[in-house]
Amino acid sequence: MATEFKHKDIIALRDLNKDEIELLIATAESMREVNSRAIKKVPTLRGKTIINLFYESSTRTRTSFEIAGKRLSADTVNIAPSNSSATKGETLADTALNLLAMKPDIIVMRHAVSGSHYFLSKKVGCSIINAGDGAHEHPSQGLLDMLTIKDRYGRLDGLKVSIVGDITHSRVARSDIQGLTKMGSAIYLAGPPTMMPPGVERLGNVTVCGTMKEAIQDADVVIMLRIQQERQGKTLMPNAREYSRYFGLNPENLKLAKPDAVVMHPGPINRGVEMSSYVVDGSQSHILKQVENGVAVRMAMLYHVCGGELE
Amino acid sequence: MNLLIKGGRVIDPSQGIDDTLDLVVENGLVKEIGPGLTAPAGAETIDAGGKYVVPGLIDMHVHLRDPGLEYKEDIISGTKAAVAGGFTSLVCMPNTKPAVDNKTVASYIINKAKAEGFCNVFPVGTITQGMHGDRLAEMGELKEAGCVAVSDDGKPVTNSELMRRALQYANGIGILVISHAEELELVGEGVMNEGFTSTELGLKGIPRVAEDIATAREVMLAEYVGAPVHIAHVSTKGSVQIIRDAKARGVKVTCETAPHYFTLTDDAVRGYNTTAKMNPPLREADDVAAIKQGLKDGTIDAIATDHAPHHIDEKDVEFNAAMNGIIGLETSLPLSLSLVQQGALSPNQLVEKMSCNPAKILSIDRGTLKPGSVADITVIDPARGWTVQADQLASKSKNSPWLGEAMTGAAAVTVVAGNVVFSGR
Repeated sequence: MATEFKHKDIIALRDLNKDEIELLIATAESMREVNSRAIKKVPTLRGKTIINLFYESSTRTRTSFEIAGKRLSADTVNIAPSNSSATKGETLADTALNLLAMKPDIIVMRHAVSGSHYFLSKKVGCSIINAGDGAHEHPSQGLLDMLTIKDRYGRLDGLKVSIVGDITHSRVARSDIQGLTKMGSAIYLAGPPTMMPPGVERLGNVTVCGTMKEAIQDADVVIMLRIQQERQGKTLMPNAREYSRYFGLNPENLKLAKPDAVVMHPGPINRGVEMSSYVVDGSQSHILKQVENGVAVRMAMLYHVCGGELE
Repeated sequence: MNLLIKGGRVIDPSQGIDDTLDLVVENGLVKEIGPGLTAPAGAETIDAGGKYVVPGLIDMHVHLRDPGLEYKEDIISGTKAAVAGGFTSLVCMPNTKPAVDNKTVASYIINKAKAEGFCNVFPVGTITQGMHGDRLAEMGELKEAGCVAVSDDGKPVTNSELMRRALQYANGIGILVISHAEELELVGEGVMNEGFTSTELGLKGIPRVAEDIATAREVMLAEYVGAPVHIAHVSTKGSVQIIRDAKARGVKVTCETAPHYFTLTDDAVRGYNTTAKMNPPLREADDVAAIKQGLKDGTIDAIATDHAPHHIDEKDVEFNAAMNGIIGLETSLPLSLSLVQQGALSPNQLVEKMSCNPAKILSIDRGTLKPGSVADITVIDPARGWTVQADQLASKSKNSPWLGEAMTGAAAVTVVAGNVVFSGR
């Protein structure tokens, strides 16, 4: 692999070019071998300290980053400031500077405010990895989605990828759009117009569809997004029942997609709302494969921001 | 102090003057304008060759943060920034701590400005008590104390019935209502303009219609009760159109915009730049074009800065946590002069929007160089090049999106009541 990874941080797939994304995915592919060993540990990041700073609650992503760090022999520490310093009125910058004084090599952060990682990056010298910022990006999710798609098709170009749900509030959608567009695939979006952000077609090779049917027709990949009652419930949709009728994925409308099309979801799933259990647990579902790939992708991200070389 | 301001291009729309002339100031008043005037005894002579000599600039929308928020700005630093930017009069908004909802606070501001300020300060009182939006403030006493308008600036009066009564009551007293036009339900938790940029940055958007609807309501209420209303910080194409239509059918509506709304678009937010965060937010290119057109055709009466100083701790934070607003007193003149450069405004129109019209709208005896009037005068060097630098700004706060940028045009001399209060840099 000729490409060198020059970034100190990974904050958004928008900031990476095609070669860099390919490099991360290739590294993730090679990391999978570690994950299948009986002793799942390599010394690659021995002596490195990684802080997982999660301002928003997360089970899957935080655990995945933690396991990724541990399998590379890094020392990982988890902090959830919502129940510590943040409630004492400490600013994000002060929290980060205090953590920095303990000499971490990488801070993996999830934060509710879009762009807060760029703010942090200006304040601290260590590497920053974005584990999700507001409605901006979730680059590790974008990468693991791409790895999962590549596993199925052997490529990431020329595919029809549909994303269905609340695009406005989705950092997953933005990272998927940024990444998959760069790799040469076409994105088809569907969702109630109340959940479609203005100008989204200008983000890349993006088509906004009037109906879900149009979006998933002959799709190679169908990515369903989580509907959150607490967020969308008030004005964006009448209720989960009607949402599910028009924008839920079920065995019937899944037939519109290509046979054996990949079905994905970033989790956590609302069974029976955006996806029927028959699809979640069905043969086309790659949801658990996504989670599995998540560890490998995050190992690759940690590895590259540390500037390491493959042994 | 007596002055002879010699050989400048005197532009005074209030008298229809635009010619190379001399101007004599005696005992704090304009004595005479004409060619080849001689200096009165003991006068200082100011060579204004190649410069504009105009009625002192008036910024009808600033936040001086005094009393209560002096860590951001106070009357001394704010008026110092004003005269450095060419302003001889400031109209300050009442969202201080406590708010200017009673004559005591209004008197404090007026007295402190007289004693320690560098220029005139005309306070605005609140529309409602404590700016809480449920009871009318004591507008009669506020006016007696010296307030030139009332406004709950920073937030709208959400209750339409209360706004109707405010317009009626204020009209009876003879004090202008300035509206912060914003429909809060539509604003929601928005932090920037809703558009492609907010989509890409993943920031919550504030739709333009949030301003348009509120502007339309104010215009309709003013029309219904037959009272004047002034719309603050117009930022959208829609608002400009609503105000243009209202003026055409005789509604007594006036409005202002700010230099950032005709200079920047929401692209300035990229990089999560908190010095591009303000309310209303920076809009899009077609709004900027509409604002310029509105200035040109007279729909927009005034240019005001909405000078909103904030401490670095309130801006050097993640985007959503940053406070709204930017400082503007020291950059307004060059940014507005660039409209003249672009041919969007004539120099005469510029002086109207930055001096004559604010005086007229607020019924204050400024905005003119007529003999006998108070000698508030700004001598402008339209060609002077300079760079905005934090350590050279007089304002306590440095929250400007133009730090490090080159500007053309500056105040050469600022004269308040015949006294030179600022001279070059």
